[in-house]
Amino acid sequence: MLAFIQMHHVAFNTILMKEIRRFMRIWQQTLLPPAITMTLYFIIFGSLIGSRIGEMSGISYMSFIMPGLIMMSVINNAYSNVSSSFFSNKFQRSVEELLVAPLPNSVILGGFVFGGVARGLMTGIIVTGVALFFTDVTVYNFWVLSSVVFLSSILFSLAGFINALYANKFDDISIVPTFLLTPLSYLGGVFFSTDLLPGQWQLVSQLNPILYMVNGFRYGMLGVSDVNLVTCYTILISIIFILFYIAMRLLNRGKGIRP
Amino acid sequence: MSLLENYSGPALSISGLGKVYDNGFVALKDINLQVDQGDFFALLGPNGAGKSTTLGIVSGLVNKTQGNVSLFGLDIDGDVYAAKRLLGVVPQEFNFNQFEKVQDIVITQAGYYGIKVKEARVRSEKYLKALGLWDKRDVPSRMLSGGMKRRLMIARALVHGPQILILDEPTAGVDIELRQSMWRYLKQLNEEEGVTIILTTHYLEEAESLCKNIAIINHGVIVKNTSTRELLQELHKQTLVVDLIQPYAKRPKLESLQLNWLDDSCFEVDVNKGTAINELFNVFNQANISVNSIRPKANRLETLFVDLVRK
Ligand SMILES: Nc1ncnc2c1ncn2[C@@H]1O[C@H](COP(=O)(O)OP(=O)(O)OP(=O)(O)O)[C@@H](O)[C@H]1O
Ligand SMILES: [Mg+2]
Repeated sequence: MLAFIQMHHVAFNTILMKEIRRFMRIWQQTLLPPAITMTLYFIIFGSLIGSRIGEMSGISYMSFIMPGLIMMSVINNAYSNVSSSFFSNKFQRSVEELLVAPLPNSVILGGFVFGGVARGLMTGIIVTGVALFFTDVTVYNFWVLSSVVFLSSILFSLAGFINALYANKFDDISIVPTFLLTPLSYLGGVFFSTDLLPGQWQLVSQLNPILYMVNGFRYGMLGVSDVNLVTCYTILISIIFILFYIAMRLLNRGKGIRP
Repeated sequence: MSLLENYSGPALSISGLGKVYDNGFVALKDINLQVDQGDFFALLGPNGAGKSTTLGIVSGLVNKTQGNVSLFGLDIDGDVYAAKRLLGVVPQEFNFNQFEKVQDIVITQAGYYGIKVKEARVRSEKYLKALGLWDKRDVPSRMLSGGMKRRLMIARALVHGPQILILDEPTAGVDIELRQSMWRYLKQLNEEEGVTIILTTHYLEEAESLCKNIAIINHGVIVKNTSTRELLQELHKQTLVVDLIQPYAKRPKLESLQLNWLDDSCFEVDVNKGTAINELFNVFNQANISVNSIRPKANRLETLFVDLVRK
């Protein structure tokens, strides 16, 4: 294991740094939009509507939605970084640069996934910065907070990678964000506590993985959560393993990259 | 390279290679091929013959359906990483990021081979200079001309110091002067550094002047595999184009030779190799045909090539 890491750390760093350079170079398309969206959310939902809603789970509405909004930016950006970058590598054929090199597939996957994590974390920091203009940002438990963000960005980076392997055209990488990610985020307890849902819908909402990420993160910031932390970690880690396994299988088969 | 010191087998060995694409198309049937260490080898064949498919499998860009491939005795399935370290690939289609800068592309590729940035900088400078791209090092690759892009791919393929270099149509779209300087560079690489080179090309004079050995592939099978010299010796007939001083309203016929008239003042004639031109003149004189000039038709290799792939 250690020998493996030593042998491939240069290659891993090369991929990772290339990914970071990419999203920094096109910051107008990668880092600016979440800052703008977040500002709008805070103004509209937080200040204008929030003041009429009052408290949710015993805290001000603005504070309640902040963790979920940050989380939404993080996972969206982690996902789209990997899906668009890897797809564009496929599209421009520069993925062949990786295929001819003596690189294990796990190193390729790792490089891209951590590129997505980097973008996710970067976005998280920017959005938190924006939030500071509107409300106090508190940290209740730093370790929970950072581990939930980290695991969630890994999870969505893996998902973005799998999406890119299957994609044949640029439209294909926006299908999942539009039809799956956005609805699940809105239903994932970003804007409301699941206590508000009628009985059977509370059960249904528990099938939504984003609910666990949002609540885990909210716990890290505010100390309140709709879900159990152990369940949150178990679910995150299980999904990561499943996605990693799928991505590796597809890569080994050459799905979408090797005819 | 310590690995290679006590290895004396072929640089590339392909046996029983077959490829069926996902859509059911059979691109390769049963390819068997050996390329010796230090060889300069040409893989020729018409469009769609299976050249890129074969080289793609060797490079890890295409999955094979059956057969075995090894580089310097290392199986590309079993010893995949060790085999890939020895190989440099220049594919047929441009395959670099259009937005990245020239030198970054080469440095990044070095990184994939585990070469640290500092060393990669030195090497990228060496190869970009050798290929005349040093002035363009900070230019995004999409701003290069077609010939420059090809040279960039060669620099990128050399940055990790491969023992065998595969070039899929390296001189397509490269002007005559540059093509000749590219030839000189490849020759030098082959002769001075002992790099085994395999290339595909549609310019047969390129294969003739550069390559020691030639294989011709057609419809996914090798139809010829021999040395360039032997191949040329096989050409026992030669076609000559004869221009006449004046047009003939009534085209003369000869008993000894079949004349193939192109127009009233020009014909082609097939003669055995080694026929003296004097003899020919005598024959024409006797038939009252006054000749202005005689020249060989096209490239000799081309004639043979067309013959072979037509079968
Ligand atoms: N991804 C693919 N899916 C299906 N068929 C393919 C694919 N790639 C190539 N082929 C087919 O396989 C055959 C061989 O193609 P290949 O690219 O190896 O030819 P080539 O000898 O390199 O030709 P050229 O001189 O035009 O480059 C062609 O008929 C081609 O249409
Ligand atoms: Mg080809």
